[in-house]
Amino acid sequence: MSDMNPSHTVKSFDNDIHQLRSLITQMGGLCEAQILAAVEALMRRDADAAMQVVATDARIDALEAEAEELAIQIIARRAPLADDLREIVAALKISSVLERIGDYAKNIAKRASALALSAPVQPMVIIPEMARVVASMVKDVLDAFVDRDAEAAYEVCQRDAGVDDFYSSLFHSLLTFMMENPQHITPSAHLLFIAKNLERIGDHATNAGEMVYYSATGRRMTERPRGDDTAFATAAPAVAA
Amino acid sequence: MNDLSAQNVPEARGNAATVVTTKMTARHVNVYYGAKQALKDVSIDVSQENVTAFIGPSGCGKSTFLRCMNRMNDTVASARVEGEIKLDGDDIYKSGMDVVQLRARVGMVFQKPNPFPKSIYDNVAYGPRIHGLAKAKADLDNIVEGSLRRAGLWDEAKDRLGESGTAMSGGQQQRLCIARAIAVDPEVILMDEPCSALDPIATAKIEELIDELRGRYAIVIVTHNMQQAARVSQKTAFFHLGTMVEYGDTSMIFTNPSEPRTKDYITGRYG
Repeated sequence: MSDMNPSHTVKSFDNDIHQLRSLITQMGGLCEAQILAAVEALMRRDADAAMQVVATDARIDALEAEAEELAIQIIARRAPLADDLREIVAALKISSVLERIGDYAKNIAKRASALALSAPVQPMVIIPEMARVVASMVKDVLDAFVDRDAEAAYEVCQRDAGVDDFYSSLFHSLLTFMMENPQHITPSAHLLFIAKNLERIGDHATNAGEMVYYSATGRRMTERPRGDDTAFATAAPAVAA
Repeated sequence: MNDLSAQNVPEARGNAATVVTTKMTARHVNVYYGAKQALKDVSIDVSQENVTAFIGPSGCGKSTFLRCMNRMNDTVASARVEGEIKLDGDDIYKSGMDVVQLRARVGMVFQKPNPFPKSIYDNVAYGPRIHGLAKAKADLDNIVEGSLRRAGLWDEAKDRLGESGTAMSGGQQQRLCIARAIAVDPEVILMDEPCSALDPIATAKIEELIDELRGRYAIVIVTHNMQQAARVSQKTAFFHLGTMVEYGDTSMIFTNPSEPRTKDYITGRYG
């Protein structure tokens, strides 16, 4: 289901929309790269690379401002309707979602530079795979946005349950790890936040998927199951098991 | 203390009323100008509560259909209307229908303001006089004042009622024409591009007026301005090449139309 729309009679309207899509795509590409680079820096215990990720986040923020400005200009000057209107509102919301995802990547990088100085945390091995999943969600949801592909957007949202499973599993491992030795607590707390950041990125990619779905179809995506149960977990029974 | 009971909650302005009184119905209407068919099998219900907008490209039949609703097409010699149009369940094309009475019940406002070359007062008093709605001068004064007030023109006109209607600004003239239509206490008001000759401020005043008159009269408006249809109506019908392609809640037509032709037209991809 790709973009089947004929062009607008006013050609510059098409140019505006292409430019907006291009800004959102650039933001998405940067976010994807930032997530992977932050986790790479974490695994390599490379504080310099981590600080590079922190610095790059400003580019995402600048692109968000540019996308927002363009979207407002289009609304003011073109008075978009129907699928044009839905796409521009979706672009506006997705740009702020991407900005937030960039912040999470930046936060992971900050914690990576702190973790580079402490003892290794064994449960960390699960992080790269989790990062790959959420980065691919970000990439695929933006492909779906550009293609106006509701099915692809729905498929991205379905993957969020897997991310929640990763997080639950890491949460329980880290609880055990911290119980073993109080010296593990500081790095484990950092790692828990890193995992939480990745889990939130998955949620945001899911929100973006819902917006793409609405933009493409004019309907809201139906309810989907959730897999994160850690909000209800207590330490004692999980460790005893 | 605030009274939060249901009857004091104002109805959302943009939403179509769901419980409606059907004022006019059209079934399988075909219109021909000579051999050329201008309108093909149009069926629609128009309600008292919702403003209905007709949109579509030039020549799509929307004005032709509007003119069928008070038999203005009778004045076009080559025009032939088939099908059924009813006002309160009465066929307006039945034999013996008093067309003058019909047009008093179904008033019309045109694209170009067309006040009579008479005083402001006489413009509004004209209809009530010929229909014998006022017994005394005082009654007529009341009707004129009430109509001008409802048309939002009283404050501007009250000190110059003797001046010619044609001396007013375009926006005022259009509101005078609305006052003139209202003066005979119609049930339906048809508006054929009422703002296309007006500046944005005069347009906004007409739109505000339409909103105030909504519910009291069934209002149907033909407009080329999509944003205007989106602003003033709760129901929208899209016409194309003589057929009514889509008819639905304005909120849906402009955010998620179901017909590709409607979408292409309102997003500026037509032709």
